[in-house]
Parts: sequence; C-alpha cells; structure tokens
Amino acid sequence: MGLLTNLKDSISRAASTLFSEENPRRIGIYGPPNAGKTTLANRIARDWTGDAVGPESHIPHETRRARRKEDIEIERNGATVNIDIVDTPGVTTKVDYEEFLDHDMEKDDAVRRSREATEGVAEAMHWLREDVDGVIYVLDSSTDPFTQVNTMLIGIIESQDLPVLILANKTDLEESSVQRIRNAFPQHETIPLSALEGDNMDEVYDKIAEYFG
Amino acid sequence: MAEAKPQDGVQIDLISGERMEGLTSMEKIRTILDGVRDGNIVILEEGLSPDEESRLIEVTMTEISPDEFNGIEIETYPRSEAADASLLDRLMGTESTKKLTVIGPANQIETLHKDENLISALVSRK
Repeated sequence: MGLLTNLKDSISRAASTLFSEENPRRIGIYGPPNAGKTTLANRIARDWTGDAVGPESHIPHETRRARRKEDIEIERNGATVNIDIVDTPGVTTKVDYEEFLDHDMEKDDAVRRSREATEGVAEAMHWLREDVDGVIYVLDSSTDPFTQVNTMLIGIIESQDLPVLILANKTDLEESSVQRIRNAFPQHETIPLSALEGDNMDEVYDKIAEYFG
Repeated sequence: MAEAKPQDGVQIDLISGERMEGLTSMEKIRTILDGVRDGNIVILEEGLSPDEESRLIEVTMTEISPDEFNGIEIETYPRSEAADASLLDRLMGTESTKKLTVIGPANQIETLHKDENLISALVSRK
C-alpha cells in the first residue's frame, strides 16, 4: 500500500507545483517534545536568512508558542523555493508540572511552564488543522517511534492530505536507528540528519524543495 | 455514565460503536473526557476519526490543571487502517477508521506493551 500512497503523494506534489500560489507555503515543523524541532528550525533559518527562530533546550516544552519564520528562500539546482516555517510546540496528550521540577525548577515556574505548554500544544493542533500547507515531521532517531502521539499525528496529517517529510534527527547519537523510523512509517520517505551537527542538510533541502516547492 | 463506583475499584466503560455513532465530535470528546476525569478507563469499540483525535488532544490540553488533571493516556493499534484502505475507499473518502481505542487518566494508566494486535496496560487506582 506504500506504493499507492507514494503515487498519491507524487500526484499531490505535482498538482500543487502546477497550481502553486505566489505566497510562500507554510510548512509546520511537528513532532513529539525534544525531537529537535527548534534546532532544525534554527538550522534552516540560519542557513538561509542568518537569523534564528527561537531558543533550544534539553528541557521538554522549551517551545511553548508556534513561531513563524517568514520568506525563507531555499536555492536548489538553480531554482528558488520560498517557504515560511512554523516551529511548533512538541505534541503530547499529557503535561505534568512535576516533570519540570526534575530540571531544578521552582514549583511556581514549573506550573507556569506546564500551563504555557498545554496552551502551546492546543495551538499546534489548531495550526495543523487550519494553517499549514505541509509538514516536516521530526523524530528523535535514538528513541522508539512507535508511540501513540506519532501514530495519531501521522494519521491526522495523512487525513488532511498534507505533504509530509519525515526526518530522523539526532543521527549523531550512538543509539540512533534510522531504520527503526523507516519501519514505523514505511508509507513515507524518511531522511536522516543531525540538525545539531548540520549533517545531511543538503539532502534535507533537496527534499524540502521537492516536497514543498 | 454516572454509575456509582466502589472506592477500591477502577471503572471501565466499554462504549460500543453504535452508541458513539449518533454523537457529534464534541459530544464524543465530552463523553470520553468526562469519563476519564472521573478516573474511569474508557474503551471505544470503534475509536475516533483523525480529526476527532486532533480535537481530543486540543480539548484535553485546555483542561489540564496542576495537581488535578494531567491529561490522558490513549492507545490504539499502531497500524492505521486508513493506510490499508483500498484506493477506491481513499478516493471516495470512505476508508475505515475503526480501531479499538483505550483512554484513561495519564496518572492511572501505563502502557506495558503495544504491537499490531495487542495492547497491554497497567491500570492503577487514584
């Protein structure tokens, strides 16, 4: 069935290229918390505009508001692709402020952070239903991708017929397994990268141009 | 679902597809969250559509409250039936989303194992 999905994706991409609007397409960067979404967004923004999108952290839910970086011009093979990228908060079905206490945070700060995180996740879901034209789905390749959030989000993205590029991030880590991610979502193409180290970004930009150009 | 619950037990609501069929998306989400917030485990015979799952996450987030409600744990079989639907079904938008779904309070249910045809979960009392 992967073949049919690929065929459908190809037709969808070809159609959107033929009928592309003048406005840049809004590409949402989605994934679970701590997958490296902001590191990737910053890498893309710095490579093509010189500016960053937002602060990165190992503490979950560092990004608690969707942040848009507009008019990113990516040059590939002599052509230019214009996109806006939207860095979104990591999606989850639960937020417990006590988890933040483990990161040396006072209770008041932890409660505030958890409130902001829940608002951010709700906002991310809203963007996904209403305001993005394509999705870059970022996964930490050193962790198990067979989670309910990943299954649900990929299902939601597929149901909206949005083009989706799956990135297996953190290939610089010893425990990284790109194949495990390919096995989890065989109906989609998976591109390995280390957003932190900048490894394999050329292929990532090739694919962004191919999928979202 | 306001049945009395013994102090030392966990209530499990198995909701048939037929019962959910007549409800709107928000009524389904309310049915689930009202049960889960009461500490019940809710099992849906036919699950939710992707759009309803998206709204369930969104509404859950708005209801999380420190020391009171931490959110939900939700499990369905990992392989989406939508990916296996026939081309005709997909083109007609009639692909099946029916999949058994287990939902519970995040602080009371823990998934021990999940594969394509088995979900094993540990449920604890409040």
